Amino acid sequence: MFSLAVFFHSFGPLLWAARYTLLISVLGIGLGLVIGTVICAARLSPYPLLRRFAAIWVSFLRGVPLLVQLLVFYYTLPVIGLDVPAMVAAVVTVGICASAYISEIWRGAIAALPTGQAEAAVAIGMRPVDVWTRVILPQAVTLSLPALINELILLVKASSLVSVVGILEITRASQAQAATTFRPLEVYIAAACIYLLINLCLAALGRYLEHRTNV
Amino acid sequence: MEWSVFQQYGPSLLRGFGNTIICWALGTVFAMALGLVIALIQRYAPRWVTWFVQAYIEVIRGTPFLVQLFVLYYGGPLVGLRLDALPAGLLGLTIYGSPYFAEIFRSGFRAVPHGQIEAARAIGMAETDIVRRILLPLGLVSSLPALVNFSIILTKETVILSIITVPELLYQVQRMSAETFRYVEANLVLALFFWGLVETISRVGRRLETRITKHLIERT
Repeated sequence: MFSLAVFFHSFGPLLWAARYTLLISVLGIGLGLVIGTVICAARLSPYPLLRRFAAIWVSFLRGVPLLVQLLVFYYTLPVIGLDVPAMVAAVVTVGICASAYISEIWRGAIAALPTGQAEAAVAIGMRPVDVWTRVILPQAVTLSLPALINELILLVKASSLVSVVGILEITRASQAQAATTFRPLEVYIAAACIYLLINLCLAALGRYLEHRTNV
Repeated sequence: MEWSVFQQYGPSLLRGFGNTIICWALGTVFAMALGLVIALIQRYAPRWVTWFVQAYIEVIRGTPFLVQLFVLYYGGPLVGLRLDALPAGLLGLTIYGSPYFAEIFRSGFRAVPHGQIEAARAIGMAETDIVRRILLPLGLVSSLPALVNFSIILTKETVILSIITVPELLYQVQRMSAETFRYVEANLVLALFFWGLVETISRVGRRLETRITKHLIERT
């Protein structure tokens, strides 16, 4: 019934494809961090128009399924004259989607800091820039590390969706493998094992970081 | 933009929306029920059983929903599990959602003050009565916000079912755009539609939440 040979044989190509899964997740979270920081700054800024824009950005990206975002992006870009490779489109979509969640993580971490910290910094005469770069942000980053690792785990899982736009990551590779071996059960379980392995490692990293920052 | 396509495909889009709602509602209810059972097993079953349940939780939470669906729908027939797309999708949603709901219930149960349970034991209530009359009512109320939140997340997961050909909304939209070449409009409208849907559901959910947890806020 369950062919162990097929199961073990599919690990080779799937692990090879895993580099795209990792690449998309890591680039996606990197882009998400950059955009998310900007959005968070806009959300906390004193300008109502910026705050409104950031709120709509977050609400839209959290309200629309990633798969639909991918399809919108993938089909709209060529129409407005931007001919980018599928890989770029995928990373940008994943990054933009992640930015909404990351900006909320930042916002939560900054809100969790005691207001006395910023007040004390202002009271001893620090400039607003220094208050942010020396007091608020370093603490917020430490506080939000576990949540960011969690977001990365979510992205590894979400990256399976970019198989739909034709990128040969783990899921797409397993579809091809299943089509050639006619043993979808073994192949897809192998794919699940690889995802699980990646995510267990990330979860362990998250626990380690949480433990370190607690001490 | 060509809006007459939407009129022409109205009926099939509506059917798709109906299927989306069915998948979401039934999937959420089944996943919640399974999650509750898992949470109760974790609380009361012997150690080695909870170990298996914990492994189940880790595996489901560590793998993408899409891959779980592939295992179920394409791998299932190899072990005699032959399902149509819609039931397979429902079963998939149930399995995928259950560990998240189980964790929500578990932390809800943990929020029940231990004194309440000890008091119930002290006056001689049976263990099943304690679950029914103390643990569940108190635990469910405190897990309500998280339950609402995850149910909303599940609406967005239903579109993934289109990949295993469940005829839900995204599937119908894709068929429509393949026949009319209106990919851009169709997907944009679908995105806006989902945005509206999720915003509406979260509003309703928040209202429900404040209503049910009102007594908690007044007391503190």
